[in-house]
Amino acid sequence: MIAVKLKHLAHCRSGDKGNTSNIAVIAYSPELFGPLKDQLTAEKFKDWYRGVVNGDVTRYMVEKISALNFVCENALGGGVSRSLCLDNYGKSLSSRILSYPIEVDTSLISSLINYPSQTK
Amino acid sequence: MALRIGCGSAWWGDRISPAKMLAEKGNLDYLCFETMAEATISAAQVKKRADPSFPGYDTWLDDRLEAALPACLKNKTKIISNQGWINPDGAAERVVYWLRKLGKKGITVASVNGSLISDRVLAITDRVTETGKPTSTLAESLVSAEVYLGAKPIVESLHAGAEIVITGRVADPTLFAAPMMFEFGWDESDIERLGQGYGIGHLLECGAQVTGGYFIDPGFKDVKNPWDLGLPIAEVESDGSAIITKLEGTGGVVDERTVKEQLLYEVHDPSNYITPDVVVDFSQVDIESAGENRIRVSNIRGKPKTDSLKVSLGCKEGYIGEDMFFYAGEGALNRAKIAKKILEERFKIVELKAEEIRIDLLGLNAIHGAMTPAEIDAPYEVAVRVAARTKTRDEALKVGREVDGMAVSGVGMTGKRVPHQERVREIIGVYSSLVNREVISPSVNFFKS
Repeated sequence: MIAVKLKHLAHCRSGDKGNTSNIAVIAYSPELFGPLKDQLTAEKFKDWYRGVVNGDVTRYMVEKISALNFVCENALGGGVSRSLCLDNYGKSLSSRILSYPIEVDTSLISSLINYPSQTK
Repeated sequence: MALRIGCGSAWWGDRISPAKMLAEKGNLDYLCFETMAEATISAAQVKKRADPSFPGYDTWLDDRLEAALPACLKNKTKIISNQGWINPDGAAERVVYWLRKLGKKGITVASVNGSLISDRVLAITDRVTETGKPTSTLAESLVSAEVYLGAKPIVESLHAGAEIVITGRVADPTLFAAPMMFEFGWDESDIERLGQGYGIGHLLECGAQVTGGYFIDPGFKDVKNPWDLGLPIAEVESDGSAIITKLEGTGGVVDERTVKEQLLYEVHDPSNYITPDVVVDFSQVDIESAGENRIRVSNIRGKPKTDSLKVSLGCKEGYIGEDMFFYAGEGALNRAKIAKKILEERFKIVELKAEEIRIDLLGLNAIHGAMTPAEIDAPYEVAVRVAARTKTRDEALKVGREVDGMAVSGVGMTGKRVPHQERVREIIGVYSSLVNREVISPSVNFFKS
């Protein structure tokens, strides 16, 4: 097993509704989804966004498309229109998860996206 | 033959020339324009009160019509658009003006009304979704309230022969689902097809976000010619399944990744995506390649609609004052930190009354705030960005005035800009609630060129 940044396994997008941000984390392939869904729990996700996500985090899974959807309450500084954050829509929030460490079996290394050891 | 539906805009500020190209070359049956954000209606009400000459519809209505209308008329493409904002009748009349200008007589334009419920919202709603408090607690600050209408009035308009339908607030995917319901004859109880159709509408409603916009991450997700993104087209089958593609010859990409990202955009529970006409269930969705820039989407399911419709309540909540200034080179971060301290002390001296003050160092931690890793090296350039939320405009103005003071009374080597925009803006806070759908009755007006 080796730890790699999540960005090599999955891509992400965030969306806003009021004071709630949803951050979708989508594996590049079904085989990369395994370690993602096993390790990235709602609790760990919330911890990774500590200081910005101040409410509950609910994790939804769509196995068919190898995706996790994290719904983060109280995450947008009171809501898009009230927020004093420059990025009041939280459009850039999803990028934070890209650096989350995921343990993967070495057999999966060749499936990782843009992983340094693959480049010559 | 598949029904070809294109998306001409994803929001009010969206680019206009791609819509012109799509109208001209997309071989479309329908071109739909989505132009609203959560606070659009309330902001339009505020604007109308300040400036009675504001007609109350999309401020880009003329530009969008000028760009897309000639080609739509030529290609027999019908238009469904929520550009009516707080004045769908006025927008429809403006469409008629353009039709006549283009020499087109006898074309039916419909306006969908009945979304605005400001005058009775407190009587017909119960709780604020976000706070759990009675909606009556918003009485003092309420600017406007609107209900998210479903497809029925649009479908009725099409049945009556309208070629252009202008609405106020409807749910965004409704703009795209309505023509499917009309063309394929789906009725309200046909929840499987409605679920599929609404799901496809959801994929289209944000325009280029499904064709390579809001997507690029170099080395991981690269996109061809991203300065020329094509707008999306759905080729919809009578069962509601569809190919998502984009205008040929444009930049961008439609692949499994762009479609999956957009599928979950602004979705909470993917098994229960609530719309006015159906609860969409994405849990069993199939997303598969059907050629270059062609993705087949099927197996989106539907569940019966809820008894209620979503209501948005816009409330006046004071003001935000904001500005920024800059540092660069050796010691930039240290100077920015002193500048921040000076501002904090100045706000005490001028007795700034604010509900919240935020001073960020842009380049260091302005965006990710408290979750920014601690071990980041000092950046070469830093902006000090300050914002405060206040009850009154006068208090908010103090923020910019204190940043003005940083020019000659601040830190060495401070970069300052001449403010190029208003440094105070009014806050329209948006809350939501639910209303029993039985008490909502949309209506349609018809106009002829």
